[in-house]
Amino acid sequence: MLRITGGKVYDPANGINGEVRDICIADGKVVANVEGGRTIDANGMIVFPGGVDIHTHVAGAALNFARALTPENQRVAAKFMRTKDTRMGIGGQTPTTFATGYLYAGMGYTTVVEAAVPVLSAKHTHEELRDTPIVDKACCLLMGNNELVMDLLELGEYEKAKHTVAWLISAAKTYGIKAVNPGGVAAWKFGKDAKQIHSPIDGYNKVNPGTIIANLAKIVDELGLPHPMHLHCNNLGVPGNVSTTLETMKLLEGNRAHMAHLQFHAYGGDDWHTMRSESVQLAEYFNTHPNLTCDAGAVLFGNAVTITADGPWQHLLYQLTGRKWGNLDVENETGCGIVPYTYKGSNLVNAVQWAVGLELLLLINDPWRIFLTTDHPNGACFWRYPEIIHLLMHADIRRERVRALPEAALSRIYLADLDREYTLYEIAIITSAGPARALGMKQKGHLGVGADADIAIYNQNPDGELMFRYPRYVLKGGEVAVEEGEIRSTKDGHEFVCQPSYDEKIEDYLKPVFQQQYTMSFENYPVEAERVHGMQIAECSYKKPN
Amino acid sequence: MLKLTLKDQPTVPLEAEMLTPDHFAGLSLDAIRALPVFHGKRQLRVDDFFTVEGEPSEELELHGDLARVKYIGRAMTRGRIKVVGNVGMHLGAYMKGGSIEVTGNASDWIGGEMTGGLIHVHGNAGGQIGAAYRGSLAGMNNGTILIGGTAGLEVGMRMKRGIIAIKGLVRDFCGLQMKGGTIVLHSGAEIRTGAWMIRGTIISLKPLKLLPTFPYACTYNPTFLRLYAKHLATLGFPIPIDEQDGAYQRYSGDTSVPGKGEILVWQPRK
Repeated sequence: MLRITGGKVYDPANGINGEVRDICIADGKVVANVEGGRTIDANGMIVFPGGVDIHTHVAGAALNFARALTPENQRVAAKFMRTKDTRMGIGGQTPTTFATGYLYAGMGYTTVVEAAVPVLSAKHTHEELRDTPIVDKACCLLMGNNELVMDLLELGEYEKAKHTVAWLISAAKTYGIKAVNPGGVAAWKFGKDAKQIHSPIDGYNKVNPGTIIANLAKIVDELGLPHPMHLHCNNLGVPGNVSTTLETMKLLEGNRAHMAHLQFHAYGGDDWHTMRSESVQLAEYFNTHPNLTCDAGAVLFGNAVTITADGPWQHLLYQLTGRKWGNLDVENETGCGIVPYTYKGSNLVNAVQWAVGLELLLLINDPWRIFLTTDHPNGACFWRYPEIIHLLMHADIRRERVRALPEAALSRIYLADLDREYTLYEIAIITSAGPARALGMKQKGHLGVGADADIAIYNQNPDGELMFRYPRYVLKGGEVAVEEGEIRSTKDGHEFVCQPSYDEKIEDYLKPVFQQQYTMSFENYPVEAERVHGMQIAECSYKKPN
Repeated sequence: MLKLTLKDQPTVPLEAEMLTPDHFAGLSLDAIRALPVFHGKRQLRVDDFFTVEGEPSEELELHGDLARVKYIGRAMTRGRIKVVGNVGMHLGAYMKGGSIEVTGNASDWIGGEMTGGLIHVHGNAGGQIGAAYRGSLAGMNNGTILIGGTAGLEVGMRMKRGIIAIKGLVRDFCGLQMKGGTIVLHSGAEIRTGAWMIRGTIISLKPLKLLPTFPYACTYNPTFLRLYAKHLATLGFPIPIDEQDGAYQRYSGDTSVPGKGEILVWQPRK
């Protein structure tokens, strides 16, 4: 039992904006009142619901490959020495599993969503998530290039495709699905990409990226998954890709969708020399279409490691940078590429990318529909979120940074013209309440009675970066996990999974196809429930409004 | 001057990155004796392995066969270290300033990713001198490394700036993926010299077996070499520059990357 008293509470989901009130906790939940137990005096502090990261890459085969590919980052990374309560590890661009948990919790984040898991390596992902302490987890299954599903769509077998998707989600024990460069990664296996939404994909006659996107969005809604389809559009990072993004959004009218790392999809211009921000155009469309949510995928200057299932893009990035390149073959399901990258303020393209991320966060009016991410570790590391928060809260600091950009960049961005400054209430929305709602996690992202007692308490400070980097206390499941910058308890979090219902006869169809096409036997393919640590099954209760 | 003498050679390599004038600055002898060193997974004290005598000072002398003592002078910024005897791997890694002198032989990875200062080994050295650690984009970024004897593989791998001069024979892949800086080979090198080099200069006073991707450009006495010759002569590693004595053949490459580096091979006048 615990009581937090005297702090200014920011709980946007319940409309509480900076009121001083008590929060009572019993059995890991927020309750109306408690008698006795510890009291935390939060005078002069602000109380937030624990952060929710809707899109990050913290576990699995791709990330592990990135760790192995970048020893130069590991050498200079922050070291976590073993203590009584914590395991050793390293931070940096691609933190090790245990360090990931400590770093997220140490920043006040208590729920993270690993955004890209192929079924084939889902076991690996779940085992790494098991070793990621403190935070609660969920993951999204890669589906935009799954050849089992694409083959069924080619044949026009929508129902069968739907049951296959449901079966795969159940088999992989994930929370939702994600489509990455739909069709493009499948085409990559023939050395191609899918640049046009309405042109058939290599190897198919009828299926094009548009069919995959529209059908998957529909399937997710019909299966009632709490989180909409997570979509990484075609033509990521390419100048002029805003037209693809807008075309994609038009396809999604009538269904829900979550547009991942929108920053990477909001560029105008014809080539790298003329690339410009199209955040205004994109935000205008987005603002009038409430079926969509998105995350920023903001970029910060400095070293990063780009990791994505988007194989063809990574090959292009490798050719552009001349640096290291890793490519994983994930059979019929997806691809994977890794390229270390440095975002430089002096580089025109990077300067535009940096501005676009912030512009989207400022131009999209409804904070309930855009969330703070950097597509960790692609745009920047998650532990740099406080730097972005600081920029969002201060227009003058943004202008000062804009002045340091190359002059050629200034006419291509809108950032200097934007006066909006985020309030603490809005920060609480984009870091916690909003993503929790978009994920359909009713127990997360708020501090009302019945919510999970995941709470971050910060010393109020005009410097947003300092304030959000070093929380005074972080509570996870009602226990004090972080106090004065030290990890105090490392109780394992839960993992949320969905088990949508499907027609069991689909296995009769899948099994022979599977035995012919996969390197793994059908029986060994699904992830056993025991492998998912602290599994909590979320209801598939979404109903499309009429 | 501060004198440290190794008592017994450690059974497994000792990681002694505390042995720098920077870490010793302002410490009493007792405090220096208590500094940590890592012997395998165990953290022990400096005086478990060394006797420490003399006055605390910016000058440090190490005695004994230190072939199994690693990371001496790591990231040092000032002062002098003299090793009387042999020395182990990673000597002067990430070094920023000051100087290190070794009277005996040194091992691999000396001056890895250093950014300044001087390392002078009178005996032979191992491979990866002034190199980039695995995965890094660039190796040494300034400073000077002088080797009186021979050297091993991948000398100056991915180096970006600075000078490496070697009196004895150097093994394969000298200047691998070099990005800048200068390597002077007084006795030449074995094969694949300058493979994948992007920029930088390799000067050899003996004929080299070159890769086919280094086409011949011209024979000349570059003006900039006069400056280098003057500087190298003061370091005790003189190179010929007089036209009376001969000229340098310039090979440019590595064209397989493609790179804009050069290999200058001294051709004495017959």
